[in-house]
Amino acid sequence: MTAALLVLALLGGWEALVRLDGVDPLILPAPTDVAEALWEDRALLAPDLWTTTYEVLLGLLAATVAGAALGAAMHLSPALRRALRPLVIGSQAVPVPVIAPLVILVLGFGLAPKVLLIALVCFFPITINLYDGLRGADPDASRLLRSLHATRWQRLRFLEAPAALPSAFTGLKVAAAVAVIGAVFAEWAGAEAGLGRALITANGQLATARAFAVTLLLFLLAIALYGACALLERRVVSWTPRTEPGGP
Amino acid sequence: MQSEAEASMTEPRDEEQTGVQLDAVDKAYGAVAALRGVSLRVAPGEFVALVGPSGCGKSTLLELVCGLGAPDAGTVRADAAALMPQRDALLPWLSALDNAALALRVAGVRRAAARARAHEHFAAFGLEGFEGTRPGGLSGGMRQRVAFLRTLLAGRPVLCLDEPFGALDALTRLQMQRWLAEALAREPRTVLLVTHDVEEAVLLADRVVLLSPRPGRIVATFDVALPRPRERDDATVVELRERALHALGAS
Repeated sequence: MTAALLVLALLGGWEALVRLDGVDPLILPAPTDVAEALWEDRALLAPDLWTTTYEVLLGLLAATVAGAALGAAMHLSPALRRALRPLVIGSQAVPVPVIAPLVILVLGFGLAPKVLLIALVCFFPITINLYDGLRGADPDASRLLRSLHATRWQRLRFLEAPAALPSAFTGLKVAAAVAVIGAVFAEWAGAEAGLGRALITANGQLATARAFAVTLLLFLLAIALYGACALLERRVVSWTPRTEPGGP
Repeated sequence: MQSEAEASMTEPRDEEQTGVQLDAVDKAYGAVAALRGVSLRVAPGEFVALVGPSGCGKSTLLELVCGLGAPDAGTVRADAAALMPQRDALLPWLSALDNAALALRVAGVRRAAARARAHEHFAAFGLEGFEGTRPGGLSGGMRQRVAFLRTLLAGRPVLCLDEPFGALDALTRLQMQRWLAEALAREPRTVLLVTHDVEEAVLLADRVVLLSPRPGRIVATFDVALPRPRERDDATVVELRERALHALGAS
C-alpha cells in the first residue's frame, strides 16, 4: 500500500518535472512516454521478455544446484571448506562485464554462456546462506542426535538440512533479485534476443522511451522472481513463526 | 530400591546391566574444571537425582554417561543411555508424533512403523489429539512429554534427564513431576536426573546426590526410602529437603 503510494508520488513528480521543465525526452522521457513506448512496442518486446525470463530461470536453477552442492560440501568437509572458500568469495570479485565477452567467445552465442554468467552472479548468496544455515542448527538437537548415534547423513537429513531452509531461501531471494543483472551483462556481450539486447538496440536508435520501457520490464521481472521465491518459501518453510500461536 | 520390573513394549532387553559407574572422573573444558574426582554408582533400575548450583558440571556428567565425551581422568562405564536435553530440543518442523518417533527413525525404523509405535503411547502421555501439532502449537508441559517419549522410545536402559522441568511454571512442574513418577512406574528405567530443585529431587529419586560449585564434587548423598507417590508436604520429604539445602549451604 505505502509502496504503491510512494511509486505514484515518484511518478507524479517525474512527470511534472519533465512536462514543466521541458527536459529533452531523449535524455529523460516522461512516465507517460515510457508507458506509450511499452504499449506500442509490445509485439517487439514480448519475445525479448520471454527470452530473458527463460535465461534467468535456467541460470537460477543452475545457481541453486551449484550453490547447494558447494554449501553442503563446505559444511560437511573442513578440507573442502578451506579449499573452496577463497574461490567462492573470489568469484564475486570477477567483473562480469569484463569476462562476459570471453565466455561468449568460448561458448558461443547460445543459451549456455547466459546461464553460466547468471549462475556466476547468483550462486554466491545461495552458497553462503545455505552454509550459514547448516552451521546454525540447534546445538542441543545436534547433541541429542549424536547421543542417539545418528550417522553424519542422518544429522544432515533430520536436523541440519531442514534447519537451513529459512536461511537458504534468503539466499535464493537475494539471488533472484540480482539474476536479472547477470542476464543483461551476458546479453550485452553478445545475443540475438533478450531484454539486455533490446536495451542496447534502443540506446543505439536513441529510442530513450523504449530503453526506459525495457528497464521497467527488467525491474518487474526481478520483483516477480523475488515474489515467486518468497511464495515458495512460505509454502515450504511453514513452521516459523506462523505455528507459534497455533494449536487446537 | 527398585521393586518389580514388568516387561513392556519399549523396555530394553536386560542382559547383565551395569547401570552407571563413574570412578574418580575428572573433566575440564580448557582451563575450567567441570568435574573433579567424581565417583558415582547407579544400580540398574535406580533413580538418582544430581542436585547442585548452576555450573557445577551436572550437564557435563550426563554427557559423559551418554558417551558424548570422554573423561580426562577416571573411568565411565554405563549401559546405553538416552539423553533428554535441558531445552526440549524438539524439531520445530516436525509434528509431535514425528518428534516422538525421531529416535526410532534414527535407529533405522521406517517412518510409518516408527509413527505407529510412538502413537501407542500418545494416550498414556496425554498427547492424544495433538499428533499432527508442531512444537510451536504445544504447551510447555506437552513439549516436555513429547521430548520424554522420544527419549523413552530410544529403548536405552539408562535415561539422562537434564533439568527436564526447569523451564516450566510452578504448577505445570508439579503436574509433570507426578506424571514422570507414574510414567517410570509403567516403564522402569535407570534414571539420572539433573536438577537444581532439591524438592524435585526428593520427590522423585531413590537417592539424591549433592554436587559442589565448579569444579563439581560430590558433597553429600541422601537415600530417600519413601514409598511413592510422595507428597511435597510430607514431613519426611520436608525434612530431607531442608537437610539437603543445609548441606548445599543454602540455609
